[in-house]
Amino acid sequence: MSDIAASDRIAELEANPERIGFLSWVASVDHKQIGIMYMLSALFFFGLGGLEALIIRAQLAMPGNHIVTPDTFNQLFSMHGTTMIFLVVMPVLAGLTAYVIPLMVGARDVAFPRLNAFSFWVQLFGGVLLYFSFVAGGAPNAGWFSYAPLSEPAYSFNNGVTYWILGLAGVGVGSLAGAINMAVTILKLRVPGMTIRRLPLFCWMTLVNSFLMIFALPVINAALVLLLADRLLNAHIFTPAFGGSAILWQHYFWGFGHPEVYIMILPAFAIISEVIPVFAGKPIYGYEFVAGSTVAIAFMSFAVWAHHMFAVGLGHLFDLFFGISTMAIAVPTGIKIFNWTATLYQGRLRFTTAMKFAVAFIVMFTIGGLSGVSFAVVPLDWQLTDTYYLVAHLHYVLFGGAIFAIFAGIYYWFPKMSGRMLDERVGNWHFWITFIGFNLTFLVQHLLGMMGMPRRVFTYPDWPWWMTLNMISTIGAFVLLISVIVFLWNIVSSLNHGEIAGDNPWDAWTLEWATSSPPPVENFDLVPPVHGRRPLWDLKHPERADELVAAAAGK
Amino acid sequence: MSKSKLAVSLFILSEANFFALLIIAYLYFHAYPGEGPTAATSLNAYRTGIFSIFLFASSATMMLASRSYRAKSSAAFGWLIATLVLGGIFLFGQVREYMELYASGVTANRSLFATTFFTLTGFHGLHVAVGLLAIAAITILTGVGTLGTSAREADAFGSVEIYWHFVDGVWVVIFTIVYLWAFL
Ligand SMILES: [Cu+2]
Repeated sequence: MSDIAASDRIAELEANPERIGFLSWVASVDHKQIGIMYMLSALFFFGLGGLEALIIRAQLAMPGNHIVTPDTFNQLFSMHGTTMIFLVVMPVLAGLTAYVIPLMVGARDVAFPRLNAFSFWVQLFGGVLLYFSFVAGGAPNAGWFSYAPLSEPAYSFNNGVTYWILGLAGVGVGSLAGAINMAVTILKLRVPGMTIRRLPLFCWMTLVNSFLMIFALPVINAALVLLLADRLLNAHIFTPAFGGSAILWQHYFWGFGHPEVYIMILPAFAIISEVIPVFAGKPIYGYEFVAGSTVAIAFMSFAVWAHHMFAVGLGHLFDLFFGISTMAIAVPTGIKIFNWTATLYQGRLRFTTAMKFAVAFIVMFTIGGLSGVSFAVVPLDWQLTDTYYLVAHLHYVLFGGAIFAIFAGIYYWFPKMSGRMLDERVGNWHFWITFIGFNLTFLVQHLLGMMGMPRRVFTYPDWPWWMTLNMISTIGAFVLLISVIVFLWNIVSSLNHGEIAGDNPWDAWTLEWATSSPPPVENFDLVPPVHGRRPLWDLKHPERADELVAAAAGK
Repeated sequence: MSKSKLAVSLFILSEANFFALLIIAYLYFHAYPGEGPTAATSLNAYRTGIFSIFLFASSATMMLASRSYRAKSSAAFGWLIATLVLGGIFLFGQVREYMELYASGVTANRSLFATTFFTLTGFHGLHVAVGLLAIAAITILTGVGTLGTSAREADAFGSVEIYWHFVDGVWVVIFTIVYLWAFL
């Protein structure tokens, strides 16, 4: 479809309010609308989680501040972590996958459209329930991992943790249903010709990630129901004073919690594995290794959980095993970083905003990965655990990693979703402000942690450098606020005045770029034939089709 | 494998893991029981064993129902009813057991055994109840003659069947661990 036809589509959509009216969204089972609703809900909670972060940073800007009370501070960091993980990163990734996967495999919709709507609404309900706690006596205040016995009624005087349990159960059920839906869509609804070896890496990683969720989410659900029994039925599963075991909670939580890290980062890898090859103008280097290492990560992620528990004192053999397994899981992750870098090498690079975020992702994620490996060294972990070094580490993985990749994905697929391009000039500003704000905020936290500043304290003494470093961090957080405003401005103004995208503005090669932007309800009039990993490339360069090149190379 | 059967199988994988975690919690506190009632002091393995036989039998009748359905035989309806009755008897047995435990003062907060016992068997009972609802739905559709034999409808039937066998299979494990082991 040409650009003129694409602008006709937008005109047609705008002339048919029943397709863009409120009810058409609420009652929708269309994967594209549900995907967008997922992302909008994530954006909403991103605002809330960001606001919490800003209050935290304002409180910590100077020693002895009294902007919030200690109890409010506990609620703020608990809600910030829970929100960003369960109500921002997971839903936005669920939304991206729900939108992109059916298009990428050439399907009309996901395998179970109504289940898809259920997934979205139940996870949104979970989020609303979690935030309802603020007006129901107080938000959860035991951190995002609600360690027992702190999360037990004896130590938390409001109902916050109960809302935390119920909210997470909602998010968990929604995510599980979504994972099953995506796995079945990828396994069953692929267009003929798209064999598993020709599957785009985005689909590959989403598939592996679905299995990760299928196995990991029940772990936290089991822990949640047991904690709920403690809280509502006066049981004592996790209270040592009555024979229960607080360490059991830690095992359960991290048995889920570590795979959860990969649940958030595998889709980020998936985005990067699409964006980098397209803007490097060449196929991914070592497709099989990228896919295979993902499978390896999924398996290994279930054997590293106790690296979160070195400080418990589980014994040397235990620590040794989990230290080694944690170092080992860095290997398949390193393979990926090598592959992306090798894809960049000698590529015809186009530094679009999506590409900038993708390349920055590689660097930031590598820093976060390296500080992660440093925690595998048990004595270092004893020194650094629960300090700001850990806060820095996890933000390099989840912000510099996941969020940067999500921005890359949004800049990459926004034209497909809206029919208009995001402004590249504003995008450039958005990227640099984010990059600078992010590093200002979190780089110095490594130092604070090494100086011994513990996480989750509502204030700190006026020791040398502590105020300076904290102030830098706070300034960085407010720079990030500006970056978010620039991003929102870009979205709003581009939706109204952005350049018309056309079907395939990036010269990309996966199937979603073969249909109009935005795609019609039924997605495709005709799905192009798939003879290789890059169907649109093959279509455009029949003389240099991947298949022919491979044959000529004698493979 | 059809897409609905695949989805149910994936769901079952997840559920199996959920039960595995609850079983681990049960076993952990079986090893470190603490004070209060335990399995040996509060459970009646013989009676629950008899009720369990009804549940296991319902798996067989479900299989027969499925076979008749695929053979387009009208016997399917009868076998489905039998499955519902057998599953219902099991659930009745569980309710009775809970009531007796309650009457003798064994509630979820009395001991670590009691908490893990009620969460484990309670969630299993919930799964039985959900399974019965699903079977009731296809029974009604079969009874009024609206459940055809198209591939899609056969998948729906097959998916319910897979789920029901899973619910039974989980009970084999739970019964062995919770009831039999306590008395060995
Ligand atoms: Cu971990």
